[in-house]
Amino acid sequence: MREVAIIGVGMNKWGELWNKSLRDVFTEAALLAIDDAGVDHIDSMYVGCMSSGLFVGQEHLSSLLADYLGTNPIPAARIESACASGGLALRLGFIEVASGTSDIVLAGGVEKMTDVAVDGATFALSTAADQEYEVYHGITFPGLYAMMARAHMHKYGTTREQLAQVAVKNHHNGSMNPLAQFPQKVTVENVMKSVMIADPLRILDCSPITDGAAAAILCPMDLAKKITKKPLVKIIGSGNATDTIALHSRDDITEIGSTKVAGEKAFKMAGKKPENIDLAEVHDCFTIAEICVIEALGLVDKGKGGKATEDGLTALDGKIPINTSGGLKSKGHPVGATGVAQVCEVVKQLRGEAGDRQIKGAKVGLTQNMGGSGGSSVVHIMEVV
Amino acid sequence: MPSPRYWREIPQRYRLEASKCKGCGKVFFPPRLVCSSCKSREFEMVKLEREGKLITYTIIRVPPSQFTDQSPYAMGVVELNGGVKILSQIADCNLDKLEIGQKLRIEFRKIYNEGEAGIICYGYKCVPA
Ligand SMILES: [Zn+2]
Repeated sequence: MREVAIIGVGMNKWGELWNKSLRDVFTEAALLAIDDAGVDHIDSMYVGCMSSGLFVGQEHLSSLLADYLGTNPIPAARIESACASGGLALRLGFIEVASGTSDIVLAGGVEKMTDVAVDGATFALSTAADQEYEVYHGITFPGLYAMMARAHMHKYGTTREQLAQVAVKNHHNGSMNPLAQFPQKVTVENVMKSVMIADPLRILDCSPITDGAAAAILCPMDLAKKITKKPLVKIIGSGNATDTIALHSRDDITEIGSTKVAGEKAFKMAGKKPENIDLAEVHDCFTIAEICVIEALGLVDKGKGGKATEDGLTALDGKIPINTSGGLKSKGHPVGATGVAQVCEVVKQLRGEAGDRQIKGAKVGLTQNMGGSGGSSVVHIMEVV
Repeated sequence: MPSPRYWREIPQRYRLEASKCKGCGKVFFPPRLVCSSCKSREFEMVKLEREGKLITYTIIRVPPSQFTDQSPYAMGVVELNGGVKILSQIADCNLDKLEIGQKLRIEFRKIYNEGEAGIICYGYKCVPA
Protein backbone atom coordinates (compact mmCIF):
# COMPACT_ATOMS: atom_id res chain seq x y z
CA MET A 1 0.00 0.00 0.00
CA ARG A 2 1.20 3.50 -0.81
CA GLU A 3 1.35 6.15 1.90
CA VAL A 4 -1.39 8.77 1.41
CA ALA A 5 -1.29 12.50 2.13
CA ILE A 6 -4.05 15.11 2.27
CA ILE A 7 -2.66 18.06 0.34
CA GLY A 8 -5.71 20.27 0.13
CA VAL A 9 -8.94 20.95 2.00
CA GLY A 10 -11.90 23.21 1.25
CA MET A 11 -15.09 24.17 2.98
CA ASN A 12 -17.50 27.03 2.33
CA LYS A 13 -19.60 29.01 4.81
CA TRP A 14 -22.40 26.73 6.00
CA GLY A 15 -26.00 27.69 6.71
CA GLU A 16 -29.33 28.08 4.97
CA LEU A 17 -27.97 28.74 1.49
CA TRP A 18 -31.25 29.50 -0.26
CA ASN A 19 -29.58 31.22 -3.21
CA LYS A 20 -27.29 28.28 -4.01
CA SER A 21 -28.04 24.91 -5.59
CA LEU A 22 -26.55 21.57 -4.51
CA ARG A 23 -24.18 21.59 -7.48
CA ASP A 24 -22.90 25.09 -6.67
CA VAL A 25 -22.47 24.37 -2.97
CA PHE A 26 -20.38 21.30 -3.80
CA THR A 27 -18.38 22.92 -6.59
CA GLU A 28 -17.40 25.86 -4.35
CA ALA A 29 -15.92 23.57 -1.71
CA ALA A 30 -14.25 21.33 -4.32
CA LEU A 31 -12.57 24.34 -5.99
CA LEU A 32 -11.35 25.61 -2.61
CA ALA A 33 -9.74 22.21 -1.98
CA ILE A 34 -8.20 22.08 -5.46
CA ASP A 35 -6.75 25.59 -5.01
CA ASP A 36 -5.51 24.76 -1.51
CA ALA A 37 -3.69 21.72 -2.94
CA GLY A 38 -2.38 23.65 -5.93
CA VAL A 39 -3.22 20.87 -8.40
CA ASP A 40 -4.35 21.46 -11.99
CA HIS A 41 -6.46 18.30 -12.28
CA ILE A 42 -7.94 15.39 -10.36
CA ASP A 43 -7.94 11.76 -11.48
CA SER A 44 -10.98 10.48 -9.63
CA MET A 45 -13.69 11.63 -7.23
CA TYR A 46 -15.82 10.28 -4.38
CA VAL A 47 -18.77 12.29 -3.05
CA GLY A 48 -20.56 11.49 0.18
CA CYS A 49 -24.22 12.44 0.14
CA MET A 50 -26.97 10.89 2.20
CA SER A 51 -30.18 11.78 0.48
CA SER A 52 -30.11 14.23 -2.43
CA GLY A 53 -33.05 12.25 -3.83
CA LEU A 54 -35.31 13.18 -0.93
CA PHE A 55 -33.84 16.61 -0.22
CA VAL A 56 -33.70 18.00 -3.77
CA GLY A 57 -35.05 15.22 -6.00
CA GLN A 58 -31.66 14.69 -7.62
CA GLU A 59 -29.70 11.45 -7.82
CA HIS A 60 -26.80 10.55 -10.14
CA LEU A 61 -24.45 12.94 -8.37
CA SER A 62 -21.36 11.23 -9.80
CA SER A 63 -22.17 12.60 -13.23
CA LEU A 64 -23.71 15.92 -12.12
CA LEU A 65 -20.86 16.95 -9.84
CA ALA A 66 -17.99 15.78 -12.07
CA ASP A 67 -19.70 17.68 -14.90
CA TYR A 68 -20.10 20.95 -12.99
CA LEU A 69 -16.58 20.69 -11.58
CA GLY A 70 -15.44 20.57 -15.19
CA THR A 71 -13.73 17.22 -14.72
CA ASN A 72 -15.58 14.89 -17.14
CA PRO A 73 -14.77 12.13 -18.00
CA ILE A 74 -13.03 11.20 -14.72
CA PRO A 75 -14.40 8.25 -12.75
CA ALA A 76 -16.71 9.38 -9.92
CA ALA A 77 -18.85 7.65 -7.31
CA ARG A 78 -21.50 8.90 -4.91
CA ILE A 79 -21.19 7.20 -1.51
CA GLU A 80 -24.01 6.71 0.97
CA SER A 81 -23.86 5.55 4.57
CA ALA A 82 -26.39 7.96 6.07
CA CYS A 83 -24.62 10.69 8.11
CA ALA A 84 -21.31 8.79 7.72
CA SER A 85 -21.36 9.21 3.93
CA GLY A 86 -18.61 11.85 3.94
CA GLY A 87 -16.25 9.87 6.15
CA LEU A 88 -16.79 6.83 3.98
CA ALA A 89 -16.11 8.82 0.79
CA LEU A 90 -12.79 9.88 2.29
CA ARG A 91 -11.96 6.28 3.23
CA LEU A 92 -12.66 5.09 -0.32
CA GLY A 93 -10.53 7.90 -1.74
CA PHE A 94 -7.75 6.86 0.65
CA ILE A 95 -8.02 3.22 -0.48
CA GLU A 96 -8.00 4.25 -4.14
CA VAL A 97 -4.78 6.23 -3.72
CA ALA A 98 -3.18 3.65 -1.42
CA SER A 99 -3.93 0.87 -3.88
CA GLY A 100 -2.22 2.71 -6.72
CA THR A 101 -5.39 2.92 -8.81
CA SER A 102 -5.36 6.74 -8.98
CA ASP A 103 -2.91 9.45 -7.98
CA ILE A 104 -4.91 12.61 -7.25
CA VAL A 105 -8.33 11.91 -5.77
CA LEU A 106 -10.95 14.35 -4.52
CA ALA A 107 -13.01 13.10 -1.58
CA GLY A 108 -15.93 15.39 -0.87
CA GLY A 109 -19.32 15.54 0.72
CA VAL A 110 -22.44 17.62 0.24
CA GLU A 111 -25.99 17.96 1.49
CA LYS A 112 -28.63 20.53 0.55
CA MET A 113 -31.22 20.20 3.29
CA THR A 114 -33.21 23.44 3.35
CA ASP A 115 -34.95 23.19 -0.04
CA VAL A 116 -37.63 21.05 1.65
CA ALA A 117 -39.91 22.02 4.54
CA VAL A 118 -38.86 20.89 8.03
CA ASP A 119 -41.17 17.86 7.86
CA GLY A 120 -39.56 16.79 4.57
CA ALA A 121 -36.11 17.06 6.15
CA THR A 122 -37.26 15.08 9.20
CA PHE A 123 -38.58 12.35 6.90
CA ALA A 124 -35.38 12.23 4.79
CA LEU A 125 -33.23 11.95 7.93
CA SER A 126 -35.50 9.26 9.37
CA THR A 127 -34.61 6.98 6.47
CA ALA A 128 -31.29 6.38 8.26
CA ALA A 129 -33.27 4.45 10.90
CA ASP A 130 -35.19 1.17 10.41
CA GLN A 131 -38.32 2.23 8.53
CA GLU A 132 -40.33 -0.89 9.42
CA TYR A 133 -39.43 -1.37 13.09
CA GLU A 134 -38.42 2.09 14.36
CA VAL A 135 -39.88 4.88 12.22
CA TYR A 136 -43.25 3.08 11.69
CA HIS A 137 -43.89 3.32 15.42
CA GLY A 138 -43.35 7.08 15.60
CA ILE A 139 -39.70 7.50 16.58
CA THR A 140 -37.54 10.42 15.41
CA PHE A 141 -33.75 10.85 15.51
CA PRO A 142 -33.89 13.13 18.55
CA GLY A 143 -36.05 10.38 20.10
CA LEU A 144 -33.48 7.66 19.42
CA TYR A 145 -30.64 9.70 20.92
CA ALA A 146 -32.91 10.74 23.81
CA MET A 147 -33.29 7.06 24.68
CA MET A 148 -29.50 6.68 24.61
CA ALA A 149 -29.24 9.72 26.89
CA ARG A 150 -31.83 8.35 29.32
CA ALA A 151 -30.05 4.98 29.44
CA HIS A 152 -26.64 6.66 29.95
CA MET A 153 -27.98 8.84 32.76
CA HIS A 154 -29.56 5.79 34.41
CA LYS A 155 -26.49 3.55 34.08
CA TYR A 156 -23.66 6.01 34.76
CA GLY A 157 -25.26 8.94 36.55
CA THR A 158 -24.59 11.33 33.67
CA THR A 159 -26.42 14.58 34.41
CA ARG A 160 -28.62 16.86 32.34
CA GLU A 161 -26.12 19.67 32.98
CA GLN A 162 -23.26 17.58 31.59
CA LEU A 163 -25.20 17.13 28.34
CA ALA A 164 -25.67 20.89 28.20
CA GLN A 165 -21.95 21.43 28.73
CA VAL A 166 -21.22 19.62 25.46
CA ALA A 167 -23.32 22.22 23.64
CA VAL A 168 -21.76 25.11 25.57
CA LYS A 169 -18.23 23.92 24.73
CA ASN A 170 -18.94 23.29 21.05
CA HIS A 171 -20.66 26.65 20.53
CA HIS A 172 -17.71 28.31 22.29
CA ASN A 173 -15.33 26.62 19.83
CA GLY A 174 -17.64 27.41 16.92
CA SER A 175 -17.61 31.11 17.85
CA MET A 176 -14.01 31.10 16.57
CA ASN A 177 -14.90 29.38 13.30
CA PRO A 178 -15.92 31.90 10.62
CA LEU A 179 -17.51 29.10 8.55
CA ALA A 180 -19.86 27.89 11.31
CA GLN A 181 -23.62 28.10 10.81
CA PHE A 182 -24.36 28.98 14.48
CA PRO A 183 -21.27 30.69 15.93
CA GLN A 184 -23.34 32.16 18.80
CA LYS A 185 -22.18 31.17 22.28
CA VAL A 186 -24.74 29.51 24.55
CA THR A 187 -24.88 29.01 28.31
CA VAL A 188 -25.91 25.95 30.31
CA GLU A 189 -29.04 27.88 31.25
CA ASN A 190 -29.87 28.60 27.57
CA VAL A 191 -29.65 24.89 26.82
CA MET A 192 -31.61 23.79 29.89
CA LYS A 193 -34.42 26.25 29.13
CA SER A 194 -34.65 25.61 25.39
CA VAL A 195 -37.67 23.82 23.93
CA MET A 196 -38.02 20.14 24.78
CA ILE A 197 -37.88 17.96 21.66
CA ALA A 198 -37.67 14.41 23.05
CA ASP A 199 -37.10 14.13 26.80
CA PRO A 200 -34.44 14.65 28.04
CA LEU A 201 -33.11 16.32 24.86
CA ARG A 202 -33.91 19.95 24.08
CA ILE A 203 -33.48 21.90 20.87
CA LEU A 204 -30.03 23.13 21.92
CA ASP A 205 -28.91 19.50 22.36
CA CYS A 206 -29.58 18.93 18.66
CA SER A 207 -27.41 19.73 15.63
CA PRO A 208 -29.14 21.90 13.01
CA ILE A 209 -30.35 21.36 9.46
CA THR A 210 -27.70 22.78 7.13
CA ASP A 211 -26.68 23.32 3.53
CA GLY A 212 -22.98 22.80 2.98
CA ALA A 213 -20.12 20.93 1.41
CA ALA A 214 -16.49 20.07 2.11
CA ALA A 215 -13.70 18.49 0.09
CA ALA A 216 -10.19 17.10 0.47
CA ILE A 217 -7.50 16.26 -2.09
CA LEU A 218 -5.55 13.05 -1.54
CA CYS A 219 -2.39 11.84 -3.26
CA PRO A 220 0.59 9.53 -2.64
CA MET A 221 3.21 10.91 -0.20
CA ASP A 222 6.04 11.02 -2.81
CA LEU A 223 3.88 13.08 -5.15
CA ALA A 224 2.67 15.30 -2.27
CA LYS A 225 6.26 16.38 -1.54
CA LYS A 226 6.58 17.62 -5.13
CA ILE A 227 3.20 19.37 -5.27
CA THR A 228 2.90 21.31 -2.02
CA LYS A 229 5.10 23.39 0.27
CA LYS A 230 2.59 23.16 3.13
CA PRO A 231 3.14 20.81 6.10
CA LEU A 232 2.27 17.29 4.92
CA VAL A 233 -0.64 15.62 6.66
CA LYS A 234 -0.63 11.86 6.28
CA ILE A 235 -3.56 9.49 6.79
CA ILE A 236 -2.08 6.90 9.13
CA GLY A 237 -5.23 5.03 10.16
CA SER A 238 -8.63 4.31 8.66
CA GLY A 239 -11.42 2.18 10.11
CA ASN A 240 -15.02 1.48 9.13
CA ALA A 241 -17.51 -0.71 10.97
CA THR A 242 -21.24 -1.47 11.12
CA ASP A 243 -23.76 -2.35 13.81
CA THR A 244 -27.49 -3.14 13.86
CA ILE A 245 -29.47 -0.39 12.16
CA ALA A 246 -32.12 -0.58 14.91
CA LEU A 247 -31.02 0.90 18.22
CA HIS A 248 -33.21 -1.51 20.21
CA SER A 249 -31.40 -4.56 18.78
CA ARG A 250 -28.13 -3.69 20.52
CA ASP A 251 -26.94 -5.37 23.70
CA ASP A 252 -25.99 -2.06 25.31
CA ILE A 253 -27.97 1.04 24.34
CA THR A 254 -25.25 3.31 25.79
CA GLU A 255 -22.39 1.93 23.71
CA ILE A 256 -21.74 2.83 20.07
CA GLY A 257 -20.23 -0.46 18.95
CA SER A 258 -19.51 0.53 15.37
CA THR A 259 -17.38 3.46 16.59
CA LYS A 260 -15.57 1.22 19.05
CA VAL A 261 -14.63 -1.28 16.32
CA ALA A 262 -13.81 1.35 13.66
CA GLY A 263 -11.66 3.15 16.24
CA GLU A 264 -9.78 -0.01 17.19
CA LYS A 265 -9.07 -0.71 13.50
CA ALA A 266 -7.83 2.84 12.89
CA PHE A 267 -5.65 2.87 16.03
CA LYS A 268 -4.13 -0.49 15.09
CA MET A 269 -3.35 0.64 11.55
CA ALA A 270 -1.84 3.90 12.81
CA GLY A 271 0.20 2.25 15.56
CA LYS A 272 -1.26 4.81 17.98
CA LYS A 273 -3.21 4.71 21.22
CA PRO A 274 -5.99 7.04 22.40
CA GLU A 275 -3.47 8.89 24.62
CA ASN A 276 -1.43 9.82 21.49
CA ILE A 277 -4.32 11.86 20.03
CA ASP A 278 -3.90 15.65 20.31
CA LEU A 279 -7.43 16.57 19.15
CA ALA A 280 -10.52 14.87 17.77
CA GLU A 281 -13.50 15.89 15.66
CA VAL A 282 -16.41 13.62 16.59
CA HIS A 283 -20.02 13.19 15.51
CA ASP A 284 -21.98 15.30 18.02
CA CYS A 285 -25.29 15.17 16.14
CA PHE A 286 -26.77 15.37 19.66
CA THR A 287 -24.95 16.27 22.88
CA ILE A 288 -25.26 12.70 24.18
CA ALA A 289 -23.62 11.40 20.99
CA GLU A 290 -20.34 13.18 21.80
CA ILE A 291 -20.33 11.63 25.27
CA CYS A 292 -20.94 8.09 23.97
CA VAL A 293 -18.43 8.50 21.13
CA ILE A 294 -15.47 9.73 23.20
CA GLU A 295 -16.08 6.72 25.46
CA ALA A 296 -16.27 4.29 22.50
CA LEU A 297 -12.99 5.66 21.13
CA GLY A 298 -11.28 5.19 24.49
CA LEU A 299 -10.47 8.92 24.73
CA VAL A 300 -12.15 8.85 28.17
CA ASP A 301 -13.18 5.94 30.41
CA LYS A 302 -16.51 4.21 29.82
CA GLY A 303 -19.31 6.03 31.61
CA LYS A 304 -17.10 9.08 32.26
CA GLY A 305 -17.85 11.11 29.11
CA GLY A 306 -20.20 13.47 30.93
CA LYS A 307 -17.82 13.98 33.84
CA ALA A 308 -14.88 14.56 31.46
CA THR A 309 -16.88 17.28 29.72
CA GLU A 310 -17.86 18.88 33.03
CA ASP A 311 -14.23 18.83 34.18
CA GLY A 312 -13.07 20.60 31.00
CA LEU A 313 -10.96 17.67 29.72
CA THR A 314 -12.53 18.04 26.27
CA ALA A 315 -12.27 21.85 26.09
CA LEU A 316 -9.80 23.69 23.80
CA ASP A 317 -7.28 23.87 26.66
CA GLY A 318 -8.16 20.44 28.03
CA LYS A 319 -6.31 17.14 27.96
CA ILE A 320 -8.07 16.01 24.77
CA PRO A 321 -9.81 18.86 22.89
CA ILE A 322 -12.96 17.60 21.18
CA ASN A 323 -14.68 19.38 18.27
CA THR A 324 -12.41 22.41 18.02
CA SER A 325 -14.36 23.41 14.87
CA GLY A 326 -17.58 23.76 16.85
CA GLY A 327 -18.68 20.28 15.91
CA LEU A 328 -21.93 19.44 14.18
CA LYS A 329 -23.67 21.37 16.94
CA SER A 330 -22.31 24.83 16.06
CA LYS A 331 -20.65 24.40 12.68
CA GLY A 332 -23.77 22.74 11.23
CA HIS A 333 -24.59 19.27 9.98
CA PRO A 334 -25.14 18.94 6.22
CA VAL A 335 -25.13 15.18 6.70
CA GLY A 336 -23.14 14.01 3.67
CA ALA A 337 -20.52 16.76 4.11
CA THR A 338 -19.91 16.37 7.85
CA GLY A 339 -17.35 13.57 7.72
CA VAL A 340 -15.20 15.46 5.21
CA ALA A 341 -15.49 18.76 7.11
CA GLN A 342 -14.15 17.00 10.21
CA VAL A 343 -11.06 16.08 8.19
CA CYS A 344 -10.74 19.69 6.95
CA GLU A 345 -10.60 20.87 10.58
CA VAL A 346 -7.99 18.31 11.61
CA VAL A 347 -5.81 19.16 8.58
CA LYS A 348 -6.04 22.89 9.43
CA GLN A 349 -5.11 22.16 13.04
CA LEU A 350 -2.18 19.93 12.11
CA ARG A 351 -0.88 22.56 9.69
CA GLY A 352 -1.23 25.25 12.36
CA GLU A 353 -3.83 27.18 10.35
CA ALA A 354 -6.77 27.03 12.78
CA GLY A 355 -6.61 30.66 13.92
CA ASP A 356 -8.02 31.50 17.36
CA ARG A 357 -9.01 27.91 18.03
CA GLN A 358 -5.55 26.49 17.19
CA ILE A 359 -4.31 23.68 19.45
CA LYS A 360 -0.63 24.48 19.93
CA GLY A 361 1.76 21.82 18.69
CA ALA A 362 -0.96 19.44 17.49
CA LYS A 363 0.68 16.51 15.70
CA VAL A 364 -1.95 13.73 15.61
CA GLY A 365 -5.67 14.21 15.05
CA LEU A 366 -8.66 11.89 14.80
CA THR A 367 -12.05 12.11 13.07
CA GLN A 368 -15.12 10.01 13.86
CA ASN A 369 -18.21 10.14 11.65
CA MET A 370 -21.29 7.97 12.15
CA GLY A 371 -24.52 7.07 10.42
CA GLY A 372 -27.97 6.96 11.99
CA SER A 373 -28.03 6.00 15.65
CA GLY A 374 -24.58 4.40 15.21
CA GLY A 375 -25.35 1.75 12.59
CA SER A 376 -22.15 2.71 10.79
CA SER A 377 -18.97 4.54 11.77
CA VAL A 378 -15.82 5.73 10.05
CA VAL A 379 -12.68 6.75 11.95
CA HIS A 380 -9.52 8.34 10.53
CA ILE A 381 -6.25 9.22 12.20
CA MET A 382 -3.94 11.80 10.64
CA GLU A 383 -0.41 12.90 11.50
CA VAL A 384 1.63 15.87 10.32
CA VAL A 385 5.07 14.79 9.13
CA MET B 1 -46.76 3.54 3.56
CA PRO B 2 -47.84 1.84 0.28
CA SER B 3 -50.21 -1.06 0.91
CA PRO B 4 -48.12 -4.01 -0.43
CA ARG B 5 -45.40 -2.94 1.95
CA TYR B 6 -47.91 -2.70 4.78
CA TRP B 7 -49.47 -6.05 3.92
CA ARG B 8 -46.24 -8.03 4.03
CA GLU B 9 -45.44 -6.85 7.57
CA ILE B 10 -48.79 -8.07 8.93
CA PRO B 11 -47.45 -11.38 10.36
CA GLN B 12 -45.10 -9.38 12.60
CA ARG B 13 -47.34 -6.42 13.42
CA TYR B 14 -50.59 -8.29 14.03
CA ARG B 15 -49.45 -11.76 15.08
CA LEU B 16 -46.01 -11.01 16.58
CA GLU B 17 -44.37 -13.74 14.52
CA ALA B 18 -40.65 -14.13 15.19
CA SER B 19 -38.13 -16.74 14.14
CA LYS B 20 -36.11 -19.01 16.42
CA CYS B 21 -32.74 -20.24 15.16
CA LYS B 22 -32.58 -24.03 15.07
CA GLY B 23 -28.80 -23.84 15.46
CA CYS B 24 -28.42 -21.74 18.62
CA GLY B 25 -31.93 -20.95 19.82
CA LYS B 26 -31.67 -17.18 19.38
CA VAL B 27 -35.03 -15.52 18.63
CA PHE B 28 -35.17 -12.82 15.94
CA PHE B 29 -37.85 -10.19 15.50
CA PRO B 30 -38.48 -9.55 12.68
CA PRO B 31 -37.54 -12.98 11.23
CA ARG B 32 -34.28 -13.29 9.31
CA LEU B 33 -32.84 -15.60 6.68
CA VAL B 34 -29.52 -16.17 8.42
CA CYS B 35 -28.62 -16.19 12.11
CA SER B 36 -26.20 -13.39 13.07
CA SER B 37 -24.83 -15.53 15.91
CA CYS B 38 -24.25 -19.03 14.48
CA LYS B 39 -24.94 -18.43 10.74
CA SER B 40 -27.58 -21.19 10.62
CA ARG B 41 -30.28 -20.74 7.97
CA GLU B 42 -32.80 -23.02 9.68
CA PHE B 43 -35.53 -21.35 11.73
CA GLU B 44 -38.89 -22.19 13.27
CA MET B 45 -41.69 -19.66 13.69
CA VAL B 46 -42.42 -18.63 17.26
CA LYS B 47 -44.65 -15.94 18.79
CA LEU B 48 -43.10 -13.11 20.80
CA GLU B 49 -43.64 -13.14 24.54
CA ARG B 50 -46.19 -10.41 25.35
CA GLU B 51 -44.69 -9.24 28.64
CA GLY B 52 -41.46 -7.49 29.39
CA LYS B 53 -39.74 -4.51 30.99
CA LEU B 54 -38.75 -0.98 30.00
CA ILE B 55 -35.04 -0.55 29.15
CA THR B 56 -35.09 3.16 28.22
CA TYR B 57 -37.66 5.68 27.02
CA THR B 58 -38.36 9.18 25.75
CA ILE B 59 -41.36 11.46 25.31
CA ILE B 60 -41.76 12.56 21.70
CA ARG B 61 -42.86 16.21 21.67
CA VAL B 62 -41.99 17.02 18.03
CA PRO B 63 -43.48 14.07 16.13
CA PRO B 64 -43.45 13.04 12.46
CA SER B 65 -46.54 14.53 10.73
CA GLN B 66 -48.62 11.33 10.81
CA PHE B 67 -48.30 11.22 14.62
CA THR B 68 -49.19 14.87 15.31
CA ASP B 69 -52.60 14.01 16.77
CA GLN B 70 -51.02 11.70 19.36
CA SER B 71 -48.27 14.06 20.57
CA PRO B 72 -46.83 14.09 23.16
CA TYR B 73 -46.39 10.34 23.46
CA ALA B 74 -43.94 7.98 25.12
CA MET B 75 -41.70 5.56 23.25
CA GLY B 76 -39.40 2.98 24.73
CA VAL B 77 -37.10 0.06 24.16
CA VAL B 78 -38.83 -2.92 25.75
CA GLU B 79 -37.08 -6.18 26.57
CA LEU B 80 -39.67 -8.95 26.32
CA ASN B 81 -39.43 -12.08 28.43
CA GLY B 82 -37.06 -14.37 26.55
CA GLY B 83 -34.73 -11.50 25.63
CA VAL B 84 -36.07 -10.04 22.37
CA LYS B 85 -36.03 -6.24 22.41
CA ILE B 86 -38.54 -4.10 20.50
CA LEU B 87 -39.18 -0.40 20.09
CA SER B 88 -42.76 0.67 20.65
CA GLN B 89 -45.01 3.38 21.94
CA ILE B 90 -45.90 3.18 25.61
CA ALA B 91 -49.64 3.89 25.68
CA ASP B 92 -52.12 4.43 28.53
CA CYS B 93 -49.37 5.69 30.82
CA ASN B 94 -48.69 8.78 32.89
CA LEU B 95 -45.86 10.47 30.95
CA ASP B 96 -44.33 11.75 34.20
CA LYS B 97 -44.34 8.37 35.91
CA LEU B 98 -42.41 6.14 33.52
CA GLU B 99 -39.52 4.25 35.07
CA ILE B 100 -36.72 2.16 33.65
CA GLY B 101 -37.36 -1.45 34.70
CA GLN B 102 -41.14 -1.13 34.93
CA LYS B 103 -43.28 -4.06 33.70
CA LEU B 104 -45.12 -3.66 30.41
CA ARG B 105 -47.24 -5.82 28.15
CA ILE B 106 -47.99 -5.74 24.43
CA GLU B 107 -51.43 -4.76 23.11
CA PHE B 108 -52.77 -4.54 19.57
CA ARG B 109 -53.49 -0.91 18.68
CA LYS B 110 -53.89 1.59 15.88
CA ILE B 111 -50.49 3.12 15.09
CA TYR B 112 -51.57 5.98 12.77
CA ASN B 113 -53.94 6.99 9.98
CA GLU B 114 -52.29 7.20 6.60
CA GLY B 115 -53.71 10.52 5.34
CA GLU B 116 -57.30 11.34 4.32
CA ALA B 117 -57.96 8.37 2.02
CA GLY B 118 -55.21 6.09 3.22
CA ILE B 119 -55.30 2.90 5.22
CA ILE B 120 -55.38 2.75 9.01
CA CYS B 121 -52.10 1.29 10.16
CA TYR B 122 -52.18 -1.15 13.09
CA GLY B 123 -49.55 -2.85 15.19
CA TYR B 124 -48.27 -3.37 18.71
CA LYS B 125 -47.96 -0.88 21.52
CA CYS B 126 -46.94 -1.52 25.10
CA VAL B 127 -48.97 -0.55 28.17
CA PRO B 128 -48.13 -0.71 31.87
CA ALA B 129 -48.71 -4.27 33.10
ZN1 LIG C 1 -28.15 -19.25 15.52
